[in-house]
Amino acid sequence: MRQVLARAIGGLAVIGLVAGAAACNSSSSSDDSASGNCGYKLAFFGALTGSAANLGVNIEQGFELAIKQYNAKKGSECITVGKFDSQGEPAVAPGVARNLVADKKILGIVGPPFSGESEAADPIFEEAGIPAITPSATRVSLSANGWKTFHRAVANDDAQGPAAANYIKDVLKAQKVFVADDQSAYGAGLADVVKKTLGSSVVATDKTEADGKQTDFSAVVQKVVSSGATAMFYGGYYQNGGLIRKQLTAANWKGVLVGGDGMKDPGLAKAAGNAAAAGTVVTCPCSPPEKAGGTFVADYKKQWNVDAGTYSDVAFDAANIFLAGIDAGNTTTEKMNTYLSTVNYTGIANTYKWTATGELDPDSIKVWAFKFDASGNTVADQEVKTS
Amino acid sequence: MTTTESPATGAVPEAEKKNWRTSGGVRGWFGRQHWAVRTALSIVFAVLAFLLPYVGDVPVIGPQIVTQGIDWPSALFNISYYVLLALGLNVVVGFAGLLDLGYVGFFAVGAYTVAMLTSPDSVLHTEWAWLASIPIALAITMVSGLILGWPTLRLRGDYLAIVTLGFAEIIRIFATSSETLRGDRGFSDIPHPPGSYADGKPIFGVADATPYYWLGLSVIILVIFGVRNLDRSRVGRSWLAIREDEEAAEIMGVRTIKYKLWAFAIGAFIGGLGGVMFAGQQGFMNSQTFILQFSILVLAGVVMGGSGNIFGAILGGALISYIPDRLRGIEDPIFHTDLFGFRFAIFGLVIIAIMIFRPQGIIPSRRRAMELKDREKEVAPQ
Amino acid sequence: MNFSGLIQDFGPLTITGLAQGAIIALFALGYTLVYGVLRLINFAHSEVFLLGSYACLIVWGLFGLDQNSATPNVAAVLGYLLLGLLAAIVISGLTALGVELVAYRPLRRRNAPPLAFLITAIGASLFISETVGVVTKRNITGVPPLIRPTDVVVIGNMHVTNLQILIIVLALVAMFVLDRFINRSRLGRGIRAVAQNPDSAALMGVNKSRVIALVFLIGGLMAGIAAVMYDLKIGVTRFDAGFLLGIEAFTAAVLGGIGNLRGALLGGLLLGVLQNYAAGLFGTQWLHAASFVLLVLILLVRPTGLLGESLGRARA
Repeated sequence: MRQVLARAIGGLAVIGLVAGAAACNSSSSSDDSASGNCGYKLAFFGALTGSAANLGVNIEQGFELAIKQYNAKKGSECITVGKFDSQGEPAVAPGVARNLVADKKILGIVGPPFSGESEAADPIFEEAGIPAITPSATRVSLSANGWKTFHRAVANDDAQGPAAANYIKDVLKAQKVFVADDQSAYGAGLADVVKKTLGSSVVATDKTEADGKQTDFSAVVQKVVSSGATAMFYGGYYQNGGLIRKQLTAANWKGVLVGGDGMKDPGLAKAAGNAAAAGTVVTCPCSPPEKAGGTFVADYKKQWNVDAGTYSDVAFDAANIFLAGIDAGNTTTEKMNTYLSTVNYTGIANTYKWTATGELDPDSIKVWAFKFDASGNTVADQEVKTS
Repeated sequence: MTTTESPATGAVPEAEKKNWRTSGGVRGWFGRQHWAVRTALSIVFAVLAFLLPYVGDVPVIGPQIVTQGIDWPSALFNISYYVLLALGLNVVVGFAGLLDLGYVGFFAVGAYTVAMLTSPDSVLHTEWAWLASIPIALAITMVSGLILGWPTLRLRGDYLAIVTLGFAEIIRIFATSSETLRGDRGFSDIPHPPGSYADGKPIFGVADATPYYWLGLSVIILVIFGVRNLDRSRVGRSWLAIREDEEAAEIMGVRTIKYKLWAFAIGAFIGGLGGVMFAGQQGFMNSQTFILQFSILVLAGVVMGGSGNIFGAILGGALISYIPDRLRGIEDPIFHTDLFGFRFAIFGLVIIAIMIFRPQGIIPSRRRAMELKDREKEVAPQ
Repeated sequence: MNFSGLIQDFGPLTITGLAQGAIIALFALGYTLVYGVLRLINFAHSEVFLLGSYACLIVWGLFGLDQNSATPNVAAVLGYLLLGLLAAIVISGLTALGVELVAYRPLRRRNAPPLAFLITAIGASLFISETVGVVTKRNITGVPPLIRPTDVVVIGNMHVTNLQILIIVLALVAMFVLDRFINRSRLGRGIRAVAQNPDSAALMGVNKSRVIALVFLIGGLMAGIAAVMYDLKIGVTRFDAGFLLGIEAFTAAVLGGIGNLRGALLGGLLLGVLQNYAAGLFGTQWLHAASFVLLVLILLVRPTGLLGESLGRARA
């Protein structure tokens, strides 16, 4: 009898859990009393949980900050934020994307951050006609699909790679370079361009597993040390970048680690420790935020209690582009998309003007090199030429 | 099918109190019905399953069932391929008793074969239609099942588990690192299943997942028929013998090697079918999908639902996909943060709770449940 | 394939591999001990390690140490190390006991089928690692540079650092003590008795439940030591660190012969070194694939691992 009772209680517990969870569904009711161009939604689509969540959260917070500032200025909850967690996984993305397009109040999407999930989700946004600005998916081929709603707020791999290579060649004047990547579409794409541009000064190469799949890099480190390289380019994200830098320093390698915008994050210094991270160079197809004179860096820190990370600034800009569009009366997705095709917006990270395929206007692309200082922050070093 | 007489539960001694449980509960009652009633009930059940995408329209209950953070038909489609995987793994683990921790490997082989044959990104440049690639994809997964099965025949229990896990990891790493399989870059423009409406719009588009769910459900029903027949055939009885005592089975003349390979091949076939469906719906896939946790989840589903019981495996497979999806977009009552971050943590607790209260699974295999009862009696006081 | 690179770097790859292998070996003990006694894969052991790797960081954090701190003087380092080790083994030990109590004991009472144990362990593992993931926002946590690697011995291009020596020596000492304990002490005899034949052991007056709890505890202690070493060597930890290294540790345990203490040591060291060689030869991306290929090959020749299963049969 005791067993039967226990089972009954167990069954009830499970049912109760699901039902209880169901009972408090987050209500998405926004007040319809909104005046003017209020009552609409902007959506973030990307990883908020899962192993790539750290990158997604950077972007989401930059995006949400822009909307919070906008609402504060309006003095009401004018524009609401929709968060759609794709976990950064192409397998999950379509279901979440279909959920997003079912919400007719959404005028624009910031995301998807990764190239893989973009391939899976963008066709759905395209069919629904909702314009999307990706702050970080840099795969070159994404703009070749004929998607009208696709906009890329950063330069693709073809623009950034040569800049990184030029920096290694012209500024660091490295004769021997070691190139490695994390086999992600982003990292490998970038590393391939760097290899091609540097040519014969690449003395050795290697590939690692992706962020979170590998933590012991002693074999890579040993290869770098043995190759006699004075500079290493790593195509990948900041966690692996930081770990590699730390383990390189532990093995007494004195060269410079160079990376792309995926490594432009305080997390690199967190992984490596400020002392080891200092001097690491990252390139970014963006301008230093202080050039724009805004208070983004301080505002971000104040709002989220962490430093702005990779692409936080681009996401902030992307959200502001949409908000400016709403202010200009573009309150349908069609109008918004037309507006994006003609916009010329100067934000904190860049000037945004899109070509017909959704790429940034080549003339507006600037690539800057940033350096990690002794306190773990990235400071602007110099602008690098992209060809 | 050989369902002419009702199963063992019919022989309840008169002396025993004839309550609901001793007469086999729902299943006992179902087994005693006339075959026409059973068929009718099964059809009703299947029709209800087909209507699931519209369950949100049912007042009161409906909104509690549908998922919030993910489109409901998409969630149903996810459930359908998880169920397929659970059905396949149930053949390997539940019927033949071979612990396979790397089952996702077959899912990957099926999906990758389709991608290789159909996607314009593939080095083969064949660009076949989705339908045309299926026979080859399934043939290759079956062969891969045999390739995995052959060298592992000597291994028992947990050694088998780690080797299968290893195989799946090798497949994943190979998919990530080899140029041919394109790693994280993946394959795009994988064609969808064929067919279009009268107005020329494709049935299987990108915006609506309902047709994919129906397709998945149809495949599941076919697989259920196939697996049920196998289980009740000579093959199924051989699996049972192997599962219970491999040595004894061998001595009694069961060709254990042959039937173990059968289990691997059929399990692989069903897993490959899941992969084929997945590739057809997704349109794009890369190496990120085929992570190890996926295999472990499916195994958890099969055991949780009731290893060795087809409907248990289906329920388990559905739950492992449904529970995390259902927890998306829900606010917790205490901290008012979205529950989605906690969904796997909660899911972990649910798994523990279910297994503690029902160690034999939610819908146990009848034979297994009886064994468990025997074992419970054997527990020495501690 | 890069044979010349492998030969050139043979020495350095060996020593870094040994250090990694020593950590894997300590971690693998938890799998091997539990398997030896219960014949079960303790899937939640990876989370025992995970919590240990955070425990020492929290203690060091209380002293204001983080990844940017300067390396303290020798006496302070020793103190911190001991405190960190203590915290890690206490937390890891408690976690292991907790897992036993919540996920295993209720099932054992009901004499549940072996698969059920595997699944509750998976559930416990999911719960712990995901909770840590939510709490840490899935970010990495940096480790204070308590030990700045400096070369102690240099042979050719092989630099042996103080940290590597510490890790290897500590692992060997821990293994030696454990081996003695299992083979010589009264409690160890109890463990071996249960491993050999649980029912007879119970009849002979061994408290089976207590032995099982003890085995979990010891596995936890060893994982705690491994966790501190891991933190110091790798320099960060995050919510899925346990899962990743756990797969390797489990592989090592099976490689050496699961249930066999010396097998875990052999398997761990072998795996660490061979992974490095494979990374040197084929490229780092093949590192994990190589370990699984090796495992399959060895199991084909020796179906119970290199040294066979033998916790029960260990001779005093």
